Amino acid sequence: MTIGLTHYLVLSAILFSVGLAGVLRRKNLLMLFFATEIMLNATNVAFAAISVHLGDLSGQMFALFIIAVAASEVAVGLGLLILIYKKYGTLDLDNLSIMKG
Amino acid sequence: MENYVYIALFAPLVSSLFAALFAQKPKIQLVGIITSLLIGIAFVSSFTLLLHLEETGKAISVNLMDWIVVGDMDIKFGFTVDQVTAVMMSVVTLVSTVVHVYSNYYMESDKGFNRFFSYLSAFVFSMMILVMSDNFLGLFIGWEGVGVCSWLLIGFWYHRKDETRDVNPSISPSWAANEAFIMNRIADLGMLVGIFLIYWNLGTLKYTEVFAHLGDLSHTTLIWIGITLFIGAMGKSAQFPLHTWLANAMEGPTPVSALIHAATMVTAGVYLVIRANPLYDMIPEVGYGIAVVGTFVAIFAASMALVNRDLKRIIAYSTLSQLGYMFAAAGLGAYWVALFHLAAHAFFKALLFIGAGNVMHAMHDELDIFKMGGLKKVMGWTFLYMGLASLALSGIYPLAGFFSKDTILEVAFNEHTYGIWFVLWLTAGLTAFYSFRQVFLVFLGDERYHEIGAHPHEAKTYALWAMAPLAILAVIFGFFKEDFVEFVTKLLPAYEMSEHTEEMVWILTIITTLIAVTGIVIAYIKYAKGLKRDINFEKTNWLYKLLYNQYYIPVIYNRVFAKPYKELSEIAWKEIDMQVVDATVDGIAKFVEKSGDVSRKAQNGNLSSYLKWMAVGLVFITVIAAIAVAVK
Amino acid sequence: MEAIAFYIFAILITGLFLVTAYSRNILYAMSSLAAGMVLISGLFFILGADFLGAVQLVVYSGAIMALYAFGMMFFDATRDVKEKNSSKYLVFLLSGFSAVMLVVIFAAPTIGSHIEPIVTASKGLDNPHAIGAVLFTKYLIPFEVAAVMLLVAMIAGIVLASKKMDESLSEIYLDADPETEKKEQK
Repeated sequence: MTIGLTHYLVLSAILFSVGLAGVLRRKNLLMLFFATEIMLNATNVAFAAISVHLGDLSGQMFALFIIAVAASEVAVGLGLLILIYKKYGTLDLDNLSIMKG
Repeated sequence: MENYVYIALFAPLVSSLFAALFAQKPKIQLVGIITSLLIGIAFVSSFTLLLHLEETGKAISVNLMDWIVVGDMDIKFGFTVDQVTAVMMSVVTLVSTVVHVYSNYYMESDKGFNRFFSYLSAFVFSMMILVMSDNFLGLFIGWEGVGVCSWLLIGFWYHRKDETRDVNPSISPSWAANEAFIMNRIADLGMLVGIFLIYWNLGTLKYTEVFAHLGDLSHTTLIWIGITLFIGAMGKSAQFPLHTWLANAMEGPTPVSALIHAATMVTAGVYLVIRANPLYDMIPEVGYGIAVVGTFVAIFAASMALVNRDLKRIIAYSTLSQLGYMFAAAGLGAYWVALFHLAAHAFFKALLFIGAGNVMHAMHDELDIFKMGGLKKVMGWTFLYMGLASLALSGIYPLAGFFSKDTILEVAFNEHTYGIWFVLWLTAGLTAFYSFRQVFLVFLGDERYHEIGAHPHEAKTYALWAMAPLAILAVIFGFFKEDFVEFVTKLLPAYEMSEHTEEMVWILTIITTLIAVTGIVIAYIKYAKGLKRDINFEKTNWLYKLLYNQYYIPVIYNRVFAKPYKELSEIAWKEIDMQVVDATVDGIAKFVEKSGDVSRKAQNGNLSSYLKWMAVGLVFITVIAAIAVAVK
Repeated sequence: MEAIAFYIFAILITGLFLVTAYSRNILYAMSSLAAGMVLISGLFFILGADFLGAVQLVVYSGAIMALYAFGMMFFDATRDVKEKNSSKYLVFLLSGFSAVMLVVIFAAPTIGSHIEPIVTASKGLDNPHAIGAVLFTKYLIPFEVAAVMLLVAMIAGIVLASKKMDESLSEIYLDADPETEKKEQK
């Protein structure tokens, strides 16, 4: 059968929900980042699929920039992660409740 | 000329505010002087306006400001001085001035001296608004204003404790004040309905416009308006069944009774009927009803005054009775007669009350006339004044009461309402009797006051001088009747007696004078030599007891209306207010507090839980977005 | 042909990402993430977005996974990460529901109404050429801004992660100078 836009959108949605489940589940900060990456990739798939099916290049441009942003985010995020680990000695979210109010 | 209107209107207000500045301080004599002066200025302005109106015959209108301008409704604060208003203004300010000056003497040792003058002047201001306003709503404002000031003044000694009815029939000043105000309020409901009906049907409340368009309304509507307006008048003028407050209002200081419950506030009801004469001319059946009520009250009150022992209450019942006369005249269509009697009555009734005030002061606030007697020797002037006033009240020629009262009887005869004529004629006799019973018991006969150790003395000279204008007017006012008629009938319908009555006039006059003199003679025979009491008679005779206890009406009102209402109020308070309303409000507060407490736990600093909440929010928003898109 | 490839890739990617989301071992998680990235790039190639597929491989599976591998230094790879999980069902429910809603929202306009493409590729160009033509004309400003952003991220990464930033590099070298060492020894 021919693969239409719907297939890709469903796949993207499934991947996004997997990513969301990971984000909600993970208590380790680093693994939280992994799950976030999954979500970003899922949206990229959606963008690319829609772009190709409509013949509009804007989707792919957007996906490109998302990749760039993700890269910068990982860089800064890991830097901050290192600092947190140096200060608190743990990466467990349940123990990092300093903002409790 | 407009300036005089403003002066007459606002001088009392200034006076009241000035006195109010010192209300909490101990007595300052200057307050009494300045307030009396200002009211005197108001009187001069009113009288000037009266003279001006006599010359030119044109009414003066001023419009202070737009008051209610909402949609179609445009009611202004307007004042008109026409013939009726000018008469009322002059009477009110004259009596007010006399009372103010007299109060300087009467209240001289009272702690609330300044407060008293403030209230008194405020009352005069409200009364001026009432009579000068050119629309029904301004009238109503003045109406309410005099009600409030009356409440303040009756309850002037509010700190006196409640007593049982057999010790003090009025229970206490604050109770009497509440009773007066509440009864007035009940009547005001009727008046408000009347005003609403007028506005609903005619779209305006200005007198001139309303009376011009009365012909457009159906007869039933007119009847309803007439009845409801009269209900309002019934409260203010203490007609049956809303009459018990007037006798109890004697708890207030005597100058209050002189001003409010003789001359001004209680005549507001009569003023309303006179003012609305175009309306009542179109519904003569309601007018007849009013006349019947008035007549009934006349004899009803006179009967209660026959046996009463309280100095002021007798005069209060007398006022009630004379108000009945006024309503009888107005109801039968003789509006200028009612107005004339209103003015004359104001003078001699105020004089009577002030004289009673002198007696009270002399007897250290003792009110029981059985404990007085022979005061003529010590209080000659007061005896003269009260005697003159009583003669005027009884309708003896040539005093003022003769001209006014006899005219009312003539009117009753002219209208072929012979029943009314007979009752009023009988009441005239009763009036003469009880007035002179009072005078003789107080001033002639044996000096019973020695038993209670009183040392009476005459009032101060300036107080006696203050009473003089009233006495003079009580004597000569009758001779102004022709001028009065000519003046007032420019506005009011002229009431002409028919030919038949013209012939009967002499006979009627003689019969009336005869019964009045008879009453005086009987009183003289019984009481001039001294008091002879038959205690057994007082205790056993049913008629005596009925009259003495005011037909037991206050007791009935208490049992039928006051007690159940109090129980209802307690239920409403304890059951409804405390348990339902308060509980609901507390419940809302508790709910907010608890939900806040629960929501606080969401801030636990845990990033994972925050992410979960974000996901919830995301789902929520997407659902709403989907629904919104689907609905479109 | 395309269908087979699509389904294989789809199932593999889903499986791998499930491992990433649910595995207790961090090494497995990371490896499966890397593999998934590669397969997604394959997905892009199937779609015909060549340039995007290449960038995905280079940036994501290359640079980003390398950074994560660097982050692995903090962990004992053999030990399992203990995670307390209180609300499993809530997680499933939320994720599933959001997935459905997202599909509905994004699919509805494309299927329902006719959307006109705005930025079309010129005929006859293959994908990298077309993207290049658009990137440096219509999307020039985002391109420049993205460049600045990457620069900033780089600097931020360096500042956050390195030690002794308050000293200048040249002075660090001076500390190793034999002359100053001798002075300190004395």
